[in-house]
This record gives sequence, C-alpha cells and structure tokens, in this order.
Amino acid sequence: MVRISVDPDKCQGYAQCCYESPAIFDLTEPPVSHPAEVDESLREDAERAADACPMQAITVE
Amino acid sequence: MPGALIVGGGLGALRTAESLRASGYTGPITVVGDEPHLPYTRPPLSKEALLGGIDVAALEFRRRAAVDDVTWILDAPATATSFSDRTVSLADGRVLDFDALAIATGIRPRRLPIPGPRGGRVVLRTVPDAERIRDRLVPGSRVLVMGAGFIGCEVAATARRLGAEVSVVALDEEPMVRPLGPDLGAAMRRRHEQHGVTFHLGHTIDAFHGDDHVASASLSDGSELPADLVLEAVGSVANVEWLEGNGLDLSDGVLVDSAMQVPTDAAPVVAVGDIARHPNALFGPTPRRVEHWGMPTETGRRAGRTMAALLAGDEPDRSPFAVVPSFWSDQYDYALQSFGMPGLATATRVADGEPDGPVIVEYLDDDGLVGVVGIDRTKDLAPYRARLMERTPS
Repeated sequence: MVRISVDPDKCQGYAQCCYESPAIFDLTEPPVSHPAEVDESLREDAERAADACPMQAITVE
Repeated sequence: MPGALIVGGGLGALRTAESLRASGYTGPITVVGDEPHLPYTRPPLSKEALLGGIDVAALEFRRRAAVDDVTWILDAPATATSFSDRTVSLADGRVLDFDALAIATGIRPRRLPIPGPRGGRVVLRTVPDAERIRDRLVPGSRVLVMGAGFIGCEVAATARRLGAEVSVVALDEEPMVRPLGPDLGAAMRRRHEQHGVTFHLGHTIDAFHGDDHVASASLSDGSELPADLVLEAVGSVANVEWLEGNGLDLSDGVLVDSAMQVPTDAAPVVAVGDIARHPNALFGPTPRRVEHWGMPTETGRRAGRTMAALLAGDEPDRSPFAVVPSFWSDQYDYALQSFGMPGLATATRVADGEPDGPVIVEYLDDDGLVGVVGIDRTKDLAPYRARLMERTPS
C-alpha cells in the first residue's frame, strides 16, 4: 500500500493535486481530502499529485 | 562518459533529471545551478514566505529516490557553451563535458533603465530577494509596486496584510490585464482598492529621487509618489546569454520542437521550463514561452524522455506536445485559478457568478473555449479543463 499524508499547515487549497490525480484527491474545503492509503497501482498517481503541489504539502511513502 | 548535463537549478532541471531516470537512462547526470540552494518552490515567495518567514528547507522540492545519484553543482553560474565541443563553461573557470545538454536556466526579472538611486529597489525571484523584501514590509512603510502582473499584485496584497501602504504603478489599463482581460482585471483592481491599494494605471515612472536610497518616484503624469521600497515586477528576461555563439534564435528564449529538442545538428540539446519556446498542439502552431509553475514539470518530463532517447541513439518521440497550462494566484482571501491560455482570447463570457464575487469566466477564440478563470470557484473548473483538453484548433 502507498501511504499518503497532507500537511494541513502547508496546504493552501490550490487543488493542483485534485486536478492531477482525481482518483485520490478531492477538494472539499481546504485542506484537500484523500484516503490515508491507496493501492500500489496508484503510486505514480500519488507521486504526480505530490509533484504538482506548489506548497510541497504532500508526502508519499 | 560525461553523460547528461542539465544547466539551471530549478524545477525544470529536477523534473528533467527524474524523467531521464524514469525513461531508463542509467548514466551520469549532473545539474549545474546558479543559486546556492537545491530546487525549491517559488510561488510562496510572494505570499506565505513574506507573511510567515522564509524556511528554505520547507520550500525545497521533494526529490524522487531515482535522482539520489545526481551530482549537484550549486552556486555556479554557466557563462558559455560550445555545442560542437560539447562543453559548458562555469563562472568559476570549470569546464564541463556533456553527451547531451538540457537548457533549464529560466528567466530573471526585467530591470528598466530608470534614472535615480538604486537603493531600495528590489525584484522578487529568489529566496535572497524575498528576504530583502520581508525585512522592509513593516506597518506604515510605503511600498511602490512597479507592474501590475501576478507578482506585483500578490506582493501588493501581502504588503497590505503586513500593514504597509501600497501604490501600484503600471502602464497597463488594469491589473493582470493580459491574462485576465480588462473586465476581470478591473474586478481584481476593485478588490485591491477595497483593501487599500492605490493604483496609478496607464503611467510609467520617469525617475527615482533620493540620495543613496529611493525616497520618491516621479510619474509620467507629473505627480510624485513617496516610497521606502520599490518592487520592480515588470516582466522577465530569459537567461540565454550563455548560449550565444551556437547559431540559435535567442530572441525570445530557446525555440524547441514538440519533443523539447533544440534545432541544432551540433549536439543533442533540449530546453525546458520558462526558457523553452515550445509548440502546444491545443493552441495552434505558434511556439510560445509559458511562464506558469506547472510548465517546467510538463516540459521537463518530455525533455527527459527525449534526452534519454538521444543518449541511447534512438529517435525521440515527436508526437504533438499537448498540455493544458494552468495558473493560480492568491491575493488576500481570493483564490484565482485558470486553465488554458486566456490571454489568447478574442472574447470573454461570464459563465457563472459576478466579476466582483465568486465567478467563472470563459475565454473564447475562433475555436471555442481557449481558457477559463475562476475566482473562489477552484473546485468547479474540472469540466472546463476537460473541454480544453479536447480542443482541436483549426
């Protein structure tokens, strides 16, 4: 499994992750919502979402 | 073997290196940057970093494990290159060899030759720039912003939050008029005015006055504005000087094809990020430089693939490059989000809401939707982005 976390102090709700990887990230109100873990098949999606964050708020493990 | 050399130490360099590894290239990668820091994210420099302090470690980009073996040469500006010799010369006298070269030296703020003292005149591009500005944004300080683009408007908003008095002087008719158009630009101006910013639009600054340090500026309408700090945010210049002598057209960045390859027979060379003038199949045949935050990632991924192919002696994938650019901006509590190229529009249409409130504006050209801008509607723009991805220009 791929573990995902978003630092709520860094997230500004720019929603770039939601557009990059809508299968994982959803903008309700900032911070974004997401599952704590996703299947290994979504690792590249998670990595690309983390790449897309201008605040570098997303950690993928 | 010298391997892949990437010149420029920002996001485009990092993404190119990551893409080289993801594309199967296992040889040496060297990145040369002119700043003392590893690649970091710049958008917070006009906002969070000015409000809350600058923590360079927190700004630094995460780097994928695949690039752990990259050699980073920092604080080392490149001064020249010879494609035919396959060398890059650095300011400290070193000469680096390469098998393939990526140009990722980006842009720098444009400086205008305005007479008067230099002290107190700053630009915003780097961490040291932000540190200089941060120290001077104090309650009651008088900040003059030259230019009404995104950086100027974001710093104006941040400076107001910190209690400074803010004037914006720009030749444009409205703030951010080129990407937003006059109607939404005017609506953003009204938001700034409600927060206490004074605009002097349609004017230039003829001269600065003071001894060593700026004390005031005289405008083209004859008026004089006091100023403790002047932020010059009047666009950018591509860092192409080190590329001279290789027969390239450097009039507006570096021209590349859909594979991000530079048209030269002398060596395998690509260009990425702000400096790359690239085609985009969604928006017609004209190559353009697009200075949005996401473009170094998009162009870097493609350029890394191309570079890996060239290093392997293979023909690169030259299929069309087709991406939907996006930009966003935070000013006060307003969140702007755009997709597409609204600056190319010949007409606009308010799709939902009012320009002075939460709003979605469609930007149209002969082929239909060319861009969209939302204010406080970020979560509602996905259908517009999907439509832009389907664009087929005539």
